[in-house]
Amino acid sequence: MADLINLTIDGRAVQAAPGTLVIEAAKKAGIEIPAFCYYEGLSLQGACRMCLVEVEKFPKLQVGCTLPVAEGMVVHTDSPTVQQARKGTLEFLLTNHPLDCPVCDKGGECELQDMVFRYGVGESRYIETKHHVDEKQWSPVVYFDAPRCILCYRCVRVCGEGMGVNALGIVNRGVLAEIGPNEGDHLECDECGNCIDICPVGALTSGIYRYQTRPWEMNHVGTICTHCSGGCKTTLGVRNDQVIRGNNRDRSGINGEFLCLKGRYAFDFLESEERLQTPMKRVDGKLEPISWAEALELAASKLKDAKNPGVIGSTRTTNEESYYLQKFARQGLKTSNIDHIRTGDVTTLIDALSGKTDALATIGDLYTTKAALIIGADLAQQQPFMAYQLRANWRHHQSHTYTITPGPVREDQYSVGAVRCDAGKELDQLESLRDKLKAEASLVIIYGDCVKGDGVRKLVAFGDSLGIPVKYIPLVDYTNSRGALDMGVASDLEPGYKPAAKTGLSVAQMIAAKDLDVLWVVGEDPLRGKDLGSTSAFVIVQDMFLTETAQKADLVLPSASNYEKTGTVTNVTGEVQKLKRAAKTMGAKADLEIMGLIAKEMGLNLGIWTPDKVFDEIRKTVKGYNVPLPVVASGGAAQSQPVNGRVPSNYNPAEIDSDDNTLFTSGTLGRYSKIMNSVMEAPGGLYK
Amino acid sequence: MTFSPALEQRFEKMLKAYPEGKTRSAVVPMLIYAQDETGAVTEELIQEVAKRCGVSRLQVDEVVGYYSMLHRKPQGKYHVQICTNISCMLVGGTELYEHCSKKLGIGHKQTEPTGLFSLEEVECMGACSWAPTVTVNYDYYHNVTPEMLDQLLEDIRKANR
Ligand code: SF4
Ligand code: SF4
Ligand code: SF4
Ligand code: FES
Ligand code: FES
Repeated sequence: MADLINLTIDGRAVQAAPGTLVIEAAKKAGIEIPAFCYYEGLSLQGACRMCLVEVEKFPKLQVGCTLPVAEGMVVHTDSPTVQQARKGTLEFLLTNHPLDCPVCDKGGECELQDMVFRYGVGESRYIETKHHVDEKQWSPVVYFDAPRCILCYRCVRVCGEGMGVNALGIVNRGVLAEIGPNEGDHLECDECGNCIDICPVGALTSGIYRYQTRPWEMNHVGTICTHCSGGCKTTLGVRNDQVIRGNNRDRSGINGEFLCLKGRYAFDFLESEERLQTPMKRVDGKLEPISWAEALELAASKLKDAKNPGVIGSTRTTNEESYYLQKFARQGLKTSNIDHIRTGDVTTLIDALSGKTDALATIGDLYTTKAALIIGADLAQQQPFMAYQLRANWRHHQSHTYTITPGPVREDQYSVGAVRCDAGKELDQLESLRDKLKAEASLVIIYGDCVKGDGVRKLVAFGDSLGIPVKYIPLVDYTNSRGALDMGVASDLEPGYKPAAKTGLSVAQMIAAKDLDVLWVVGEDPLRGKDLGSTSAFVIVQDMFLTETAQKADLVLPSASNYEKTGTVTNVTGEVQKLKRAAKTMGAKADLEIMGLIAKEMGLNLGIWTPDKVFDEIRKTVKGYNVPLPVVASGGAAQSQPVNGRVPSNYNPAEIDSDDNTLFTSGTLGRYSKIMNSVMEAPGGLYK
Repeated sequence: MTFSPALEQRFEKMLKAYPEGKTRSAVVPMLIYAQDETGAVTEELIQEVAKRCGVSRLQVDEVVGYYSMLHRKPQGKYHVQICTNISCMLVGGTELYEHCSKKLGIGHKQTEPTGLFSLEEVECMGACSWAPTVTVNYDYYHNVTPEMLDQLLEDIRKANR
C-alpha cells in the first residue's frame, strides 16, 4: 500500500491513504464536516457548498467533499470564515424554501432543519417573495414538492447509479431548476422509494406515509421483509399498533438502506379488509364463523382420526413454524406426507457440492466477488436486492457480470457478456462464455428455476472445469423458501437435509391423491386453479386471507403475518435473521400458536411451542443451524452452515417452479397489497 | 424523424467524431442544428436526439432546459438578441433594447405576429470590446446605435417583402 499522507485537521495530526477526501479523513478523526450532496457510495457532486473548509495556502475556501488530502495540508473546519460560509450557504438554501417546518412531512427528521439549527442563523436578509411551484404527484408512491428541494442530486444519483433506472433528472436552470421525472409529468420506474428515503428534506415524499404522523410518534421495529427471499431488513414505523412506514434509514440490515417497493411499501396487506379475523367452518356448503375453541377442537379431532393425512407447509412462515409443522406431521400424525412448494433446486446443488467447502455464496459476496454469472433470472425484477448489490460491486470495484437469459435484463447496461437464448436452453450457452470465465479470479453463479435436477449437476461440472474458485446461489422465491427446505418441510428430507426415513407424497402427489382423508395447509395456496383429487378429504387451512385454497376448505384458521410474529427466517443464501413483532393481530393467531394449541387439544407432546424454545431446539438438532445466538438476537444475519455430504433425493424436478414474480407481484400475498396493485408499470418492462 | 440530406450527413459524421460510447456528447450540437431546421425543439425532436445519441429522453430534456439558446417554441425568422450586461449597459445597451422593443412592438422572448422578428434580452455575448452588441440569428453587429439598428431592421424587412 502506498504511504499514508500526513495532514492536520483542526490542529489534530491525521493520516489518510492517498486519494482520501478531506471530508472522509475528518470523519475518521471524529470531526464532522456538514454535507448535503456528498453521499457515501454515490458519485461526487460538489453541488451544495455546505462542506466548505479553510485550507492554509489556498486563497479561497475549498470544497471538502471533492478535495483529496495532500501531504502537509492544514485544514480548518470550524474557523470564523468557515462558520460564516456555512451560514451563508444555509441562508441561500432557504431563500425560496418554505419556512413551514411545523407542517412539513419531514419535520423532525430533516437534514436541512438540523443543519440550520446547528450551523445556521435565525434570520435572513432576503425579503423578496419566495418563488413558488405547486406540489406534484408523479406516481402512487412518489410526490415532489419543488420549493423544498435543495438540489443535492442525491435522488438523481441513487436512481441512476444505485438502481440503474435513471428516472430522475434536473430540468430548467437557476431558480427554476427542479427535479423532473422521466415521463415529463409522471414516473415510470421501479417505484422503490430509494429517492424518497435519501432526500434530506421534505421535497420527495411517500404516497403511503406522508402526512400521517410526526416521526417521533412512531416506534421503529426492525424486522425482515416478508416478500422475496433477499432477506432485507425493513424498519417498520408503528403508531398505535398500526404500521405506517417501512424504511431502513439506519442501514442496520444486510441490505444497508436499500429496499424495493415490496419491502418499503407492501405492508398494507396487514390492514386489508379481506384479512381473516375469525375461524370458519363449512356448514351446508358455506363457511360460517365459529369460535377458536370450537375450531381447535374440530381440527384436533379430524387430525386425530386421520389415517392418511397430507400436510403442506409455507415458504413464508418462520423456521420455528416450519420445524414444528414437520415434527407435528412426522411425530404427531405419523405421516411422511409433508412438503412445500419448491421454487428453485437447492437440494441437488447441495448434493452436487458434496465434499466441497465454501461453495455457497452469500448475498454479501455479490458486492465483493470479482465476477458473477446470472443464469435464467431477471434479478432487477425477481431479486431486486441482488441486482442492487451486483451493480454496486461493478460501480465500486469494476466487477464483471455475465448473463445468460431469454430476454433483456437490466444487467445488460454493464455486463461484459450478455447471452440471449430460448428459455430452457440456458445451459447450452455456457461454453460460449468459457474462455472469458476462465480468465476471472473468482466467480459466483446465480441460477433460476430453469436449472434443476441434472441441469444443476451439469452446471457444477462446468464450474469445476473452470479451474477458479466458484460459488453458487440457487434462487428461491420467498422470504423463507430456503428455511422451509432446511427445516425439512419436505417429502424427501428431514431437517438438515437428512434423507427422510420414508419418502412421503410431494405437493403435487398430495393434490392428485384420491385417498387423503385430511389435508392440512399452512400458509400456502396449493389449490389455486386446481382441484383436490380426494373429494372426501377434510381440508384445514391456516391463512391470512381467503385464498382459493381457503375457499375450498372445510375449516379455516386465521393466521398472523410475519410482521405480527417473532421467530426467524432464512434468506436465499442461508442467512438466519430474526423477525420482530411490529403489530398485534385482531382475532388471528401466529401459525406456531395455532399448531401448538391443536397439539395440546390432541394430547400430543411436541415440546413447548414458543418461538424461542423451538429455535433452541433447531439450533441443537438441525444440521448447520447451530448459529451464534447473540448475532441473531441482536438483529444480525447469522450464516447457517451448508450441509456437506450426499443428499440423495428423487424429488421430481418438474415440481420445482418459480412463480417468476416481478417487482409488483408477490405470489398470493401480493394480491392483497393495494399499493402493489396500484403501480401502473408493465411488469417486466425496463422502461427503455 | 428525418432531416434534410445535408443535415443527416452532418449528424452521421458527428456521431462518428466522438470516441466509442461517448455519443452523448453529440446531444448539444445535434439539438442546435436540428432546431435551426425545424424552428424549435419539439418533443418529437427530443425523443429523436435521445434515440440517436443513446441517452434517455429526460437527459435531453435537461439539456434543453439548461441552455438558453435552445427553445421549445418557434422564434421569428430573424431572432434579435440585445445584450444588456455590464459592458453593453454602460454604453447604452439597455436603451438600445428598449428602443428595439418599442420599434418592433414586442417584448423579451416575444415574436411579431408576422413571424418575421423575435426579440430577446440576453447576457454577455463575449463581444464586450465592441459593446453594445446585437446579434441577428448567427450574425454579430458591433457598436450598435439606435439608428444603425433601425437601418438593419428596415433592410431585413425590405429583403423579405
Ligand atoms: S422510486 Fe426508485 S426507481 Fe423510481 S425514481 Fe425513485 S429511486 Fe428511481
Ligand atoms: S428532491 Fe431531495 S434528494 Fe432530490 S435533489 Fe431535491 S433535495 Fe436532493
Ligand atoms: S428485495 Fe426482496 S427482501 Fe428486499 S425489500 Fe424487496 S422484496 Fe423485500
Ligand atoms: S457536500 Fe460538498 S458540495 Fe455538497
Ligand atoms: S456585456 Fe454585452 S457582450 Fe459582454
